[in-house]
Parts: sequence; C-alpha cells; structure tokens
Amino acid sequence: MNFSEHLPALQVVVPLLSAPLIVLLRSNGLAWAAATATSLMAFAIAVAITLGVLDGQTFPYSMGGWPAPYGIALGVDSFSAILLLIVSGASSFALLGGRPSLNSQIEAHRQPLFYAAWMLALAGLSGIVVTADAFNIFVFMEISSLASYVLIAGGPDRRALPSVFKYLVMGTIGATFYLIGIGLVYMMTGTLNLADMEVRIQGVADQSPILVAAGFITIGLALKAAVFPLHAWLPNAYTYAPHMVTVFLAACATKVSLYVLLRFDFFVFQQNLAGHAFQFATFLMPLAVLAVVVASAYALFERNLKRLLAFSSVAQIGYILLGASLVSTAGLTASGLHVFNHALAKGTLFLAVACLAMRFSSLHLQDLSGAAKSMPLTMAAFCIAGLSLIGVPGTAGFISKWYLIGAALNEGALGIGLAVIIVLSSLMAVVYIWRVVEAAYFHTPNTSAVNIKEAPRELLIITLLAALANIYFGVNSAVPVALASDAANLLMGHLQ
Amino acid sequence: MEVLGYYNYWVFAVLLMIGFYAVIARSNLIKKLLGLAIFQSAVFLMYITMNKVEGGTAPIIQKGVVDQIFSNPLPQVLILTAIVVGVSTTALGLAIVVRIKETYGSIEEHEIFEADLPK
Repeated sequence: MNFSEHLPALQVVVPLLSAPLIVLLRSNGLAWAAATATSLMAFAIAVAITLGVLDGQTFPYSMGGWPAPYGIALGVDSFSAILLLIVSGASSFALLGGRPSLNSQIEAHRQPLFYAAWMLALAGLSGIVVTADAFNIFVFMEISSLASYVLIAGGPDRRALPSVFKYLVMGTIGATFYLIGIGLVYMMTGTLNLADMEVRIQGVADQSPILVAAGFITIGLALKAAVFPLHAWLPNAYTYAPHMVTVFLAACATKVSLYVLLRFDFFVFQQNLAGHAFQFATFLMPLAVLAVVVASAYALFERNLKRLLAFSSVAQIGYILLGASLVSTAGLTASGLHVFNHALAKGTLFLAVACLAMRFSSLHLQDLSGAAKSMPLTMAAFCIAGLSLIGVPGTAGFISKWYLIGAALNEGALGIGLAVIIVLSSLMAVVYIWRVVEAAYFHTPNTSAVNIKEAPRELLIITLLAALANIYFGVNSAVPVALASDAANLLMGHLQ
Repeated sequence: MEVLGYYNYWVFAVLLMIGFYAVIARSNLIKKLLGLAIFQSAVFLMYITMNKVEGGTAPIIQKGVVDQIFSNPLPQVLILTAIVVGVSTTALGLAIVVRIKETYGSIEEHEIFEADLPK
C-alpha cells in the first residue's frame, strides 16, 4: 500500500478531524497553532498532489474500498490541483500571518470555536474539489458554506450580521437549486458518480429533464459563485467579515463553486445535450461581460477600501467566466490561470488591507490619507498586488490577462469586441487602484495618523511574501501555465 | 391521467414556489427562514417521490421470497443527509436572527437597513 494513494482522502480528513480537536483546546494560542499546523499540512498535501499531477498521476481513490460507481470516488486532475493549491495556500497564509488581526477582531473566549469553523470551511472547500460524486459535492458545499457563515459573522462589526443572513439565504437557495438538479439527473440516469453520469446521460431517451437539471445546476452554482447579477451577497459579506476571513474566502470560496460549475457543464452536460455548448456560451458570456464592466464601475465609485476590492472580485469572476464561455482550449487555459493569479493578487490585497486595519480605525479612502508615509512596506505590497490585479507585465495578473486576450482574439470579430472590453475594464482597474494609491501616497496624513507604525511583524512578513509570490509567478509562470493548459485540454477533451 | 399521475411533483413545485415567495416577499427575518425551510422541504418531497416503485416494498432480502419488487432506498439516504443540512442551516439562520435582534433590536429587514444608514 503506497502512502501517496491516500493523499486525496487526507486532504479532507486532516482538517475535518482537527476541527473537533481544536474545540477541545482551551488555550487560544494552542488552538491557533493547531489550526495553522493543520492548514500547513493541507498545503503540503496539496503540493504533493500537484507534483504528482504534473507527473501525470490522477490519484483515483475509492472511499472505504467500495468501487465506483457504487461507492464514493475521489480523484484529482490538474484543474482540481490548481484549486487545492489556492484553497490550502490562502488558508495557510491567512492563519500564519493573521494572529494579530484575529486577536484584535475575535473575542478571546470564542477563538477556539472560530478556528474549528475555519478548519471545517477548509475541509469543505477541499472536499468539493477532490470528490467525484455529485451528492458528495452538495454535502461538502454545505459544510463549507455553513462554516463560512460562522466565520463571516465572527467579526466585531454588527453590519456583518445582516450581510451574513443575506448570504445564508442566497447560499441556501443556490445549494437547493443544485440539489434539485442532481435529483433530476439521478432520476434519469440512476447514478451520482460524475464520470458514470457522463456516460449514462447518452442513453437517456427524453433529454428535457436533463436540460432542466442543467439549468438548475448552472443557476444554483452561479449564485454560490457570485456570478453577476447573482452577486448581491458578496460585497457586504466580504466587507464586514473579519479581515483574515476575507483573505481566505476572497481567494478561493467563489472559485470553488465556479470549478464545480465548469466541471458539470464541460464533463457532464456539454457533449450530451444538443446545442448545450451554444446555450452555455450565449447565456454566460453576456453575464461575464456585464460582471466585468458593471462591477468595475461600482468599484470606481466605492469609498470603502474593502468594498472596492469586493466589487473588483465580482469583476474578476467575470474574467474567469468569460474565458470559459469561449468554449475553447485557449479560453479555458486563461480561466484556469486567472483562478490562480487572481487568488494571489486578491489574497495579497486583502492581507495589505488587514495590515492597514491594524493601525487605522476606518478603511474609508479619505481616512487612509498618507498611509504610505507611516506604513511604506504595507503599501508597497498593496501596490505590487494592485499592479498584478490590473495585469501589468512582470506580475502574475499579466500572464492570465495575456492568455485571455489571446483566447478572445481567436474568436474573430466577437473576439475583438471582447478584447476591447478586457482592456477597457483593466483601465478601470487602473483607476480604482490608483484612487487608493493617490490617497495613501499623495494626500497629507490626517492629524490623528501621525504616530502610526508599520503593521505587526508576522502579518507584514506574510503580506510581503504574498506580494513577492505575485512577482515570482509573473516571471516564472511555468507551473500554473502547465496546470491550466492541461486542465483546459482535459475539459475540452470531453467534447469529443 | 397524466396530470393527476404527477400529483406529488405538482405538490413539490407548488411548495417550492410558496417557500421561494416567502423568502423574497417577507421582510421579517423569521418568516424568511420559514420560507427557506418550506423551500428545502419541497425538494425532500421530490427525492422521496422518485424512489417509489409501484408495488415496491422495503429493500430487505428474506428467505424464500423471490421476485420481490423493491423501492430504491438510495434517495431516502440522500435526503436524510439533506434534511440534516437543512436543519443546521435553519438553526444557524435562527442563531443569526437572535444576534441581529440583540444588536439592532429588530428583525424587520427595512428597520435593520435604516439603522445602518449614515446619519
């Protein structure tokens, strides 16, 4: 029995088991250490899996030894490897550096419970990615969602509560839609295993229930992924959540739902339903374009720094979807890359926000005047990540924008229009990042802000490391590009 | 009798829409959660309906009984899981409503919204 066989199961089991253990730990320091160690272990597993995937392994795993399609099967490919890296990576970065920020925001007696919820969210998100069973995805989705509602509501800002209620209602509706879709597919095919489903749908005589199921699943997951115009829950939930929770969830939560959406649409439905590719593209492409343009416009006029970045997240989801809705290998490569690169950029930006929040009481742009004088390193990290978000050469964001524009230009006249929109919205990103830079570098500091020091050391080091990762993957993009293009080939490979 | 034959599915669709309407139209947070619970229960009904095989019994193998028709037990198992998920969602939702009531003194959506407007 080879140890590496069990990696996909361990990816979920390790954080899942650590959650109840952390509840038992009375000391906050120990709880934090246990959560961080677990998260790092999950990251190590994700790295090991990624290395295996790059070598061509697929890690098939039958839970409890029951063979698929009867038992629950797990499996990892290059697309899931990207997601595993960002989920466990974001969690590790946020926990490693986030102790000062969490201590200042989470009541001391609730901290062990908070870390336990964090572990459940990590287990749920990893579970969605590794499993190959449709119902299992639903269960993990709800584990991660319930845990993230708890995490978001954990902060001191009372406005988090109505926001999280809205998120809970919309998230549950999304998950229930997904459940209806799965039910309809199960009714027609009698299977829950994704690979088995793909084969058996071809034998279904009456396609209309499957078509309805495709609709339910797409809408339900689009709600969870905050695809425009179903993003209403996201800006407030991200704004009022504890800063470290925003770092973790903004980097990966919506992308995991998007991953499930693409898996379903490309593996299960695309080649089986007549004209589904066309429907998928014509339905999602306008939404993607609207997301990119409208959410960027919202960000232009937003005064609260965290809300500004949250709206930018909605726009970035639009880019990922835009690449996928081209239904081409190049487009999907761009999507996969953008999943990775946006997680890097947005994670770093929110880490920098957490640094600022340690020293400034308000995150409104006018209150951050002159922040760069007192916190030069934090703002340097913010600028690097901001450039990456815009897509400036030399940063990670450039690579995915480059691939995305290249993929769009393959599409002829429509593609030129799309490329213009991508460039235009990147210019909008320049403007909204510039507004932050202008306030922080060129405005005179408020009188109350004279004695402000840099953020606590561990938080600052992690933020700078994350910023350096943006540059590293901008210069040396071989690994994400290899994973993304392999993932794109896999997804397209299922369309005959 | 096509329409009546799908009696359970009609109930499913109607319940689903009742729940959905309550979630959208009510501004009282508790009523919203009730709507959400009805919405989820409707889906449970759909799963329970589809496992029924006409003339089928519980899938227990007995000595001497052959050619028995069984109902499909799997959707029931699935929905048992979904019920647990539904219960915990409702519980968490109610817990959040309690905290909203503690901090805002109201569970009416518009009053909470107005409480946070800059004065």
